[in-house]
Amino acid sequence: MPVPEVKDNFAGSVNRITLGATKDEGGTRSSIVTIGGAKNVVYGGCPEDAGETPVIAMDVLDSKPQDWPDALAEPYEDVLGSPADWAKKCVDEFGAELICIKFDAIHPDKGDKDADHAVKVTEEVLKAVGVPLVLWGCGNDEKDNQVMPKVSGAAKGEKCLIGTVQEDNYKSLTAIALADGHFLITAAPLDINIAKQVNILASDMGFLLERMVTFQSTGALGYGIEYAYSIQERQRLAALSGDKMMAMPVICDVGYESWRAKEAKAEDSPGWGAVTDRGPMWEAATATCLLQAGADIIRMRHPRAVAAVKKFIAEVWKNTG
Amino acid sequence: MILIAERINGMFTDVKRAIAEKDKKVIQELANRQTQAGAACLDVNVGTAAADQEGTMQWLIESIQETCSTPLCLDSQKPDVIAAGLKVVNTDNGVLLNSTPLNKKSDEDVFDKYIEMAEHAGPKANLIALTMDKNGVPQDTDNRVAIAAEIVSKAIEKGFDPQRLFIDPIVLPVKVPNAQVQPCNILAAMEQIQYLADPAPHMTVGLSNLSQGTSERSLINRVFLAMAMSRGLDSAIADVFDTDLVNVVATTEMLMNKQIYSDSFLKVYASTNR
Repeated sequence: MPVPEVKDNFAGSVNRITLGATKDEGGTRSSIVTIGGAKNVVYGGCPEDAGETPVIAMDVLDSKPQDWPDALAEPYEDVLGSPADWAKKCVDEFGAELICIKFDAIHPDKGDKDADHAVKVTEEVLKAVGVPLVLWGCGNDEKDNQVMPKVSGAAKGEKCLIGTVQEDNYKSLTAIALADGHFLITAAPLDINIAKQVNILASDMGFLLERMVTFQSTGALGYGIEYAYSIQERQRLAALSGDKMMAMPVICDVGYESWRAKEAKAEDSPGWGAVTDRGPMWEAATATCLLQAGADIIRMRHPRAVAAVKKFIAEVWKNTG
Repeated sequence: MILIAERINGMFTDVKRAIAEKDKKVIQELANRQTQAGAACLDVNVGTAAADQEGTMQWLIESIQETCSTPLCLDSQKPDVIAAGLKVVNTDNGVLLNSTPLNKKSDEDVFDKYIEMAEHAGPKANLIALTMDKNGVPQDTDNRVAIAAEIVSKAIEKGFDPQRLFIDPIVLPVKVPNAQVQPCNILAAMEQIQYLADPAPHMTVGLSNLSQGTSERSLINRVFLAMAMSRGLDSAIADVFDTDLVNVVATTEMLMNKQIYSDSFLKVYASTNR
C-alpha cells in the first residue's frame, strides 16, 4: 500500500537571518551564516520548505574552565587557556560554523573578571577566526549589564548574535545591541508566554523582530528535554501560523546542559559503558532531538558530538535549500 | 481573525462627501487608519453615493492603492461594479469579492459569474457567498446550512477551492420583531457549515448589521462576535476603530489557543493580525 503524502501548508515562516559581516558590509568576517526560513515543521512539507540548514556554534569559554570533566577537556588540552587558539581549533579542526564565546569568568562567583578582560577576549577571538560570533553573558544580570555593552562595542559592526535579554532585564543590552548592529538573543525560562513577552518588550524598544533569535532554555536528555522540545515545537507552529512575535529562529544550549548530566560524566559506573563515549553520545542525542523540534543554532562542546550531529544534519537537510 | 474593515462605504457621510468632491485624502486616511487598527482587508462599497457606481468603485480603489497595499474587499451586489473594480485592483495584494447569493430570481447564474470573476482575478482572489437564494434569506438553521452546502459543492464542481470561499450566514438586525431567534439560528448553522469541507471554508458576517438601531451597538456586536468565533467564525466585516471589539477578538483568539498568551497580548494584536 502506498504511503499517502501528507502536506500541510502554512501561512507563516521562520524569519531568515544572516549573521556576520564581511569586509563589504563593514565587518571583518570571512564567512557568514544564514539561518531560519523554514515554512514547515522539520520533516514536513516539500524539501524547499525546510529553510536553511541548522548550524553548530561551538562554545569557547573566556577563561580556562574549572569544572569540565576530563572526557570533555581532553580534546582541548592545549588550548583551554587561550580563547583565541581554542576558537581557531574549533573552526579549523572541528568545522565550527559559529563560535560562541561564553563569558563565564565575569560571573561574580566564577572569577569576577572585568569588562577589559571580556573585551580583550572578544578582540582576540575576532582576530583568530573568520566565522561569525555569538557573545553570551554569564547570567548575572548586574555583571552582564556592566560588561556585555562593552563586549558589544568591541565587536561593533560584526553582526554578532548577543545575549541574553530576559523579561526583567532587557533594556541595556537591547539598546546597545541595536546601536552596534548586532542580533539579539531573547531568553525565557521554558515558558512560552514569557518568551513572547520578551520579544514584544525588545521590539517596543525599536529592536526589529527580524533581528532576534529566541532561547527558550534547554533541557538535556533525561533532564527536561521534553519541555524544551515541546516549547520549541510550539514556537515553530506559532511562527508557521503567522505569529510575528514568535517567528524567530531558535538557539539551544546543548553543550552545557548535556555535560551537566551525571550520565554524561560519571566515571564510577562501568555498567553505563566507557565514560569517554558517554558524554559525546549524550550531547549528540540531545542535539539531534532538539534539531527535530526546529532548532536553528545548536551550541555544542565535544568535537565527537559535533561530528555526529553534523552528519545527522547533512543527512536530514540534504535535499533542502 | 480576518477583520474586514467596513468604513469605506458610501453610506457614511464622510465617504459620501469625499466621493462627491473627489477628495482622495479622506479615503486614503481611512484606509491607512483601518489598517493600523488591525484590518486584514478593507471593504470598499460605493453605496448610494454616486450614480456612476462602476467609475466610483474604480476611483475608490485607485485612491486607496496609491498609499496602501492592504487587500481590498470589493463590495457590490452588481457583478458589473465588481468587474469594473477588478480591472484596476492590484490582485497581487489579494482581493475579496463581496458578495453573491446562491442564485437570484432575476439572475439564476449570479454565483457562476462571481466564481468566474474570482478565478479570472488569480489565485489570491477569494469570494464571499451568502446563504441566500431566490427565495430570499432563510430564517432557520437548516436552510442556511443547505444553501451553504450547495455553495460549497458548486464551488468544488467548478474547481474553485472551498478554502477560497467565505460563507456569510447573514446576520439580521436583532431589533426587529421576532428577530431575536436569529442569532442562535446563525450560531447553530455556523457549527455545521465549518464541517462542509476539510479544511473548512472561511465564514464571515456583516457584524454591524446585528446591532442596527439598538442602544448598545458595540456591546451587542462584540458579544456576538465572541460567541460566533467559538463556532468557527474566522472573519467579520466590522468596525475596526472599535477598540473594545478588537480586544474581544484578541482575547477570544487567545482563549481558543490560536494566539500564544503574553502580558502584552492586547497591545500587539492589531499590529500582528495582518
